[in-house]
Amino acid sequence: MRRRNTELGLLVLVCAITAAAYVLASLGTDAEIPVDIGPFLLIVLGLLLAANLVTRRVAPQADPILLPTAGLLNGLGYVMIARIDSARIDVDDALLGPKQAAWTALGVGAFCGTLWLVRRARDLATYRWTFALVGMGLLLLPLVPGIGQEINGSRIWVQIGPVNFQPGEFAKIALAVFFAAYLVEKRELLSLGSWGVGPLRIPDPKHLGPVLLAWGASIVVMVLQKDLGSSLLFFALFVVMLWVATQRASYLAVGTVLFASGAYVAWNLFSHVQDRVDIWLDPWRDPKGTGYQIVESTFAMADGGITGTGLGLSGRIGIPAAETDFIFAVFAEELGLLGASAILAAFLLIVGSGLRIAQRADNAFDALLAVGLSTLIGVQAFIIIGGVTRVLPLTGVTLPFVSYGGSSLVANYVLIALLLRISDGTNQRATAAAVRAAAAGAPTVGVDAVGGPGAAPPGGDRP
Amino acid sequence: MSRSIRRLGIALVLCYLALFVQLNLTQVLRADEYNDHPENTRRIQRLFNRPRGDIVTADGALLATTVEVEGREFDRERRYPEGDLFGHTTGYFSFLYGATGLERSYDAELAGDTFEQQVRGLTDLFVDRDNVGSLRLSLRKDLQQVARDALGEREGSVVALDPRTGELLAFWSYPSYDPTLLSSLDFDLARGSWDALNAAPGKPLLAHQYQEVYFPGSTFKVVTGGNGLAQGTVTADEPVYPTLRAWTPPLTTQPIQNFGGSACGGDLFQILEVSCNTAFAQMGVETIGPDGMIAGSEAWGFNDAPPIDLPEPATSRFPTDFTQDLPKLAQASIGQNDVAATPLQIAMDSAAVANGGVMLRPTAVREVVDSDGDVIRTNDPEEWKRPLDPEAAATMKAAMINVVEGPRGTASVLRIPGYEVGGKTGTAQLGTEPPMSHTWITGFAGPPGDPQVAVAVVVLNQSGARESTGGRVAGPIARQVMEAALAINAAEGVERPPLEEPTTDAPGASPSTTVGPSGGAGGGGAPSTTAPSTTAPAPSSTTSSSTSTTSSSTTTSSSTSTSTTSSTAPP
Repeated sequence: MRRRNTELGLLVLVCAITAAAYVLASLGTDAEIPVDIGPFLLIVLGLLLAANLVTRRVAPQADPILLPTAGLLNGLGYVMIARIDSARIDVDDALLGPKQAAWTALGVGAFCGTLWLVRRARDLATYRWTFALVGMGLLLLPLVPGIGQEINGSRIWVQIGPVNFQPGEFAKIALAVFFAAYLVEKRELLSLGSWGVGPLRIPDPKHLGPVLLAWGASIVVMVLQKDLGSSLLFFALFVVMLWVATQRASYLAVGTVLFASGAYVAWNLFSHVQDRVDIWLDPWRDPKGTGYQIVESTFAMADGGITGTGLGLSGRIGIPAAETDFIFAVFAEELGLLGASAILAAFLLIVGSGLRIAQRADNAFDALLAVGLSTLIGVQAFIIIGGVTRVLPLTGVTLPFVSYGGSSLVANYVLIALLLRISDGTNQRATAAAVRAAAAGAPTVGVDAVGGPGAAPPGGDRP
Repeated sequence: MSRSIRRLGIALVLCYLALFVQLNLTQVLRADEYNDHPENTRRIQRLFNRPRGDIVTADGALLATTVEVEGREFDRERRYPEGDLFGHTTGYFSFLYGATGLERSYDAELAGDTFEQQVRGLTDLFVDRDNVGSLRLSLRKDLQQVARDALGEREGSVVALDPRTGELLAFWSYPSYDPTLLSSLDFDLARGSWDALNAAPGKPLLAHQYQEVYFPGSTFKVVTGGNGLAQGTVTADEPVYPTLRAWTPPLTTQPIQNFGGSACGGDLFQILEVSCNTAFAQMGVETIGPDGMIAGSEAWGFNDAPPIDLPEPATSRFPTDFTQDLPKLAQASIGQNDVAATPLQIAMDSAAVANGGVMLRPTAVREVVDSDGDVIRTNDPEEWKRPLDPEAAATMKAAMINVVEGPRGTASVLRIPGYEVGGKTGTAQLGTEPPMSHTWITGFAGPPGDPQVAVAVVVLNQSGARESTGGRVAGPIARQVMEAALAINAAEGVERPPLEEPTTDAPGASPSTTVGPSGGAGGGGAPSTTAPSTTAPAPSSTTSSSTSTTSSSTTTSSSTSTSTTSSTAPP
């Protein structure tokens, strides 16, 4: 329970920081202490405490850092979304703050539900092909006529009834699960180069089928849905998991070459890809037109300087998509280099915690899944922050936990819940082993000795 | 597997390091470049959305305020309830055209951006975040209105200031403009107003009071005579200039003539009284000489922009290139040729004479107050120039009073019963046919021994070129403004608690009969000649505990200077 008490302490701190930021942002925009600060504080505290209670109950030994860090990003993101709401030029637009609050509640619910339902991470491996099917289905869902929707040039939305969501956010988790299970099963084969030329040896093509399928899927996403960011994210996920599973850097090289050639072809074929690259290379050529977003975001960040203008004090928000893709630029303006760096640090903390969970995992599936999930969060945040800061060409993906967006928020809470589940399982088994060893009077067995290839999950539901 | 996980971690850290480096580039190293980029409107937009303090006159009239508006590009709009009455002083605060006037020179104070305001803002963060500053001016709406009505629809300027503090009291120029239109968020309206004002005759956007220079004409004889007095080459009695109709300077055949071809001459009092051109030309060329005239005039602030708290003051000019060109010096000595002065400069000349030779920094703003009305900054009187020593100042003061009181005085129009008034007229001929002139008058007035207001008036392009023109056209305007200012001071004096009876053991009181020149200089740089007020209708102004009312010096006595404080400050 020591971990849960740590988590509780951190969650209370997160609650205090969020509430303080909420008050400051309101003072900045309206020069008033928000009237709803009491209920706001109670709801934030209530959500975080509920999550803590659930982890106490079903994942007592899980990592104590991940949930508070995600909660902090979520809280700050909500404060910024509400602050941008209050500075809208077009007052008729729907407010996003209340919606994001509802999505947050749903996200915390999904977090608790995931922990409750999934009692053992390895059980997921049993359903690997189901996950593969669901993942590919979700990925292709926006292409279905009637329910698929194209918004801002990307066909990544699905509308069913009143609910509007991005299935890709869930697909990435399903595919991570599938890949972890598949690679654990096949990694012996995949790491044996059976044919090839010189040092570059590639395994039997028949084992590479799913890998090529993944590559194809990411190209489909890029071409048909025009979603460059998600495409990059999927591909990074597959290549990284392949590399970690097989320990063969040649996959990295091959993967990079494959993606680069795909991207080059896309660049040649599609004008929107060319536009993105041109804007990236020189946004100043058309600062009022195509380069507007990037130029405005650069001005905003420069205006923030080291300490920022202060929450709520940067005036009207001129950057398009400030609540979604460009929310990081608003943080950089109002909280300055210090605040922006803190957000980078928070993501690094999540990635670091995730990879540590992978390192400590006592079986290959858990380890590989943790690697995949950590990579998803880390790379997704890198893609969008890199796009906003002009390190990469801009591709629209959400900033996990921070950007407005229900699908993203709920999916990322599920992702965090899975990481906690893996962490809890590892720690529980290690504790149990230590207790057994102590009872038997035998020397304690190292945790790592429990894992290894022999601990691979039993055969799944192969048709 | 753990080795590749570690490598993956390192790779991701490197990715984030790249982001961090880029953030440093954008937010620190290249921030200035981006902030100054021509496409970048963030700063001005934020400025326009922020609260901004008010500008209020000494008599409580609201000159500039910010109102919240809906449905425009910004949330707030600047309004100027007095219209064009103070346009040149407040300036405008326009998104399209930037800011001028006090809006520009006190931008940081109005926006709450000064360091003191930021520090104050920290302490009351949770009480009231509006740490904007409001400006309280020394200018008065009632006096400004008098100046405006008196000038009417004639191009010209009226400047009135307190010689003891340098504070502006009235600051009017016609034509003026309404800053509200230029500051409007209806950009079409603002553009239309801008174009119309730029096309309008008389350049209404230019604050002619201090941003335009004119030939000062005979008002400059105060400077010439003062130079002689300050340098000891001229006294009240010496030299006596010959009575001439015309005088031809060396190296030319072009004579300097008196107005209307009249003959004049005599000592300083006599030649100033009738504004004798031949005598002052001789004084400049023969008595003082080129170097003395240049150094002397610069001691009055010529060739140096005044440190007024308004932006872009024009520099009054005295030529410096006539070492060998004595005809030019002769003309310059009577305020012609390349001599040029702002109305503000001419008013400050009179103020310096009235204030014992000390010229104070001119200011429009008396204090900056925060939203609770607490004073956060005060413009204390500050010496700018000292063209005359007290003795020379007293002589020139007496000579200027003689121009008003003397039997042949050209500024007799300035006489105000019960007050001591000095003045000097000027008529700067424009060399046109039919003859046209800029007509001037300047002067000071107050209870005897206590000049409370100095004035300069210029009315442009008046027909006629006689010396009397200045007194006839500009004189009544100056007198009305002086009368109004004195009446205000008298009225305020009545409201003030009566002065305590002088007591010999009053703490800190200086001996009543002692003449203490150091007292004035030590009093925050605001020396002020005070004098017997037994004959003054309103001995209101001295709040000093010293018993100056018993001083026995005469009004023209030179060195009576006791410690006083500003008299026009509201209680």
